[in-house]
Amino acid sequence: MSFRRITALLLRQFYLLRSSPARIAPLFAWVAIDVVLWGFITRYLNSVSGARFNFVPTLLGAVLLWDFTTRVMQGVTMGFLEDVWSRNFLNLFASPLSVSEYLSGLVLSSIASSLIGLAVMVAVATLVFGLSFLAYGILLAAFLLVLFIFGISLGILGSAIVLRFGPAAEWFIWPIPAFISPLACVYYPISVLPRWMQALARLIPPSYVFEGMRGVLEHHAHSFALLGFGGLLALVYLIVMARVFTGVYRHAVQTGLIARYSAETVS
Amino acid sequence: MPHDAASSPSPILSVSQLHKRYRETVAVDGVTFSVDTHEVLGLLGPNGAGKTTTINMILGVLEPTSGTIVIDGCDLGQRRRQALSRTNFAAVYAPLPGNLTVAQNLRVFGMLYSVPALGERIEAVLTEFDLLRFRNSKCGLLSSGEQTRVALAKAMLNQPRLLLLDEPTASLDPAVAREIRSAIREFAARSQVGVLWTSHNMIEVSEVCHRVLFLSHGRILLEGDPRALPGEHNHETLEDLFVTVAREPLTIRATEEG
Repeated sequence: MSFRRITALLLRQFYLLRSSPARIAPLFAWVAIDVVLWGFITRYLNSVSGARFNFVPTLLGAVLLWDFTTRVMQGVTMGFLEDVWSRNFLNLFASPLSVSEYLSGLVLSSIASSLIGLAVMVAVATLVFGLSFLAYGILLAAFLLVLFIFGISLGILGSAIVLRFGPAAEWFIWPIPAFISPLACVYYPISVLPRWMQALARLIPPSYVFEGMRGVLEHHAHSFALLGFGGLLALVYLIVMARVFTGVYRHAVQTGLIARYSAETVS
Repeated sequence: MPHDAASSPSPILSVSQLHKRYRETVAVDGVTFSVDTHEVLGLLGPNGAGKTTTINMILGVLEPTSGTIVIDGCDLGQRRRQALSRTNFAAVYAPLPGNLTVAQNLRVFGMLYSVPALGERIEAVLTEFDLLRFRNSKCGLLSSGEQTRVALAKAMLNQPRLLLLDEPTASLDPAVAREIRSAIREFAARSQVGVLWTSHNMIEVSEVCHRVLFLSHGRILLEGDPRALPGEHNHETLEDLFVTVAREPLTIRATEEG
């Protein structure tokens, strides 16, 4: 792996962001809107439920963490789609760049862009709605790590889908987080799901994060083992998705898809 | 137009028994050729003959069904990174990203090709291709001729041992095309480089290429000096020969085999 080639991809994303407000605004605008919307919903819920339950850390915190996952995924897919839109695959893959370097570049770009979104989310949630991340304790770092790894996996899956089925398949990848969210148990405990859905939810790493988050807030219970399992599961997803992307890339090289991607878009 | 193959102990590019099959369709059928140092080899043929498929396989973006490609001593199948770091290309269907400036594109691709002293090298290619005034212009806002020059500047950035040019002057006006041809010819003469060039402009091919290969239906039909080949096959010009290859490849094949 060449650090310089990976940095080249990161630099490309930096150039694009620096020159285009249209690319910068989405990094934090939607996140901020989500936090404001759910911030007021939680305030309202707090007012109607009296002092019995504080929705801010459970609901607003969950929204914020799920938004973070989505931003991480979009950080990867947006970097990939920049190459689709600018018909750049032939130039990139005819260079010494390897697939692993390319994916590493996308992941690093995503770290940079999702951290910006996270900072804005935390600032708005803390300053406007009094959400204190100290409530999650040291586990917050673990929560973010698991969600980050899972978000990266989803981003790589989305990129593989577009590489395999063409630019029009872009529309398949944006709803992926929405499809997963019922099983991620972002807003409710796993126990409210029917039994068959509970089994599926246990295959989704974020469900362990959100269960852990509620455990910390409601019972001050820290289940390191469950969270560790969720982290392990997220790593499995990452490895599988990276292999899926590599497999799709190999197929594209065997069938000429990489070369046709540029030629067909031009024609 | 002298080309001293004897000065290069081994070719820059060796393609051996290259095949590419898409299910029932054979796109490239046992192509074997080489490109020497300082040589400009023209790859000619009608649309669908297999030129771009061959170039894509040499660029590593299309896997051959069988056969080997060796670039400057590196087998592309086994040492892809080393082989591609010695290669570069420009093609009308692969423009550089239009949302980056000329300088930004050259910097990004220079890093991808691990070009040493990149800043100096960028200045050199900007000067060589008369692009200094477009340094901070987004590539997508340039004319097609200017974009072609940017693509050529990127192709020269890593001072490749093998340069692949797929119709490099297709969108250039005659004056600029002449300058580009001259620049590439000079580059081939003074650098340790071999050039593989495709074009449908037979006058250009006669002017630039030391040797040509005619492809038809994925096979090499003819090979030789572009200035001598027409006479050898009872045609007045290279263009007449091209038309015959495109319309009646079997007559040429029969002549060759006879």
